[in-house]
Amino acid sequence: MVAASLIALLIGMALLLLRAFIGPTLYDRVLAVNSFGTKTVLALGVLGFVMGRPEFLDIALTYALINFVSTIAILKFFRYRSFQVPLARRSPGGKS
Amino acid sequence: MHGTLAGDIGIALVNVFFLAVLFAAAIAIARMRSLFAIVMLAGIYSLVSAAWYVAVDAVDVAFTEAAVGAGMSTAVLLGAMLLTSRTAKPEKLFSRVGPMLVCVMTGAALIYATVDLPGLGDPNSPVNSGVGYTYLQINWHDTGIPNVVTPVLGSYRGFDTLGETTVVFAAGLAVALLLGFGERSLAEMIRKEDRTSLRQKPKAPEAPATDEDPA
Repeated sequence: MVAASLIALLIGMALLLLRAFIGPTLYDRVLAVNSFGTKTVLALGVLGFVMGRPEFLDIALTYALINFVSTIAILKFFRYRSFQVPLARRSPGGKS
Repeated sequence: MHGTLAGDIGIALVNVFFLAVLFAAAIAIARMRSLFAIVMLAGIYSLVSAAWYVAVDAVDVAFTEAAVGAGMSTAVLLGAMLLTSRTAKPEKLFSRVGPMLVCVMTGAALIYATVDLPGLGDPNSPVNSGVGYTYLQINWHDTGIPNVVTPVLGSYRGFDTLGETTVVFAAGLAVALLLGFGERSLAEMIRKEDRTSLRQKPKAPEAPATDEDPA
């Protein structure tokens, strides 16, 4: 059962990799990378159970956090062409 | 017995899959021209290699690879791309011969070196017979931390780790200063924003970026 889910996750990873290779637009690739990170997190969690070491869940959690932060960074870069933009709107002094 | 064997074959297949993904990603990175896509694929490459490190039980290396490779270096590469162009120039076929020779020779040397490596779990290998064995024996009485790598890095070689962390911090700081993550460029950006808002010109929404976006 667990092995079957691991195989399904690996097949999903392969498909996402294909999308990242041939993705026509950037957003396809960003989506592929983000989903690939999610798949990696899931595969690590399942792999921990397959290998009989459920402590891998902690590592999977860390990967989930890193994946989220890096996706935010990439999207921010695409939107503003820079990292130096505050994500929240600034104080009411300069309404833009 | 049968179950263990099947499990071993399964883990080996997982390892083979991860390595195949790494190979395919590396080939794709080498053949692409769009730097955006290359950065994305480099993120995938780092994630997969981190997952593979977990699969071969090198958890601490996997943590470092995930934090530095997948998280930080993607951001740093994107920031570096701000300062250069968005696509790589096609190279002449002749100029690729030298690097390829270097790569092939390095790979051949590494493969030749693996012949001398001791087998996995060999009790007579230097890793298992020397100071590593002592660490395994005294670690629990000294620190009480189940993972042996953690007390070796943080306790027995604590000053060494402190020095390494200082070096890595200084390097990261230098990269951040070079790429302009600093306060100065932020202030400049906000000033520019204020100037445009004084002129009461609403910002036009940007066109969706594609790979061929030259901007």
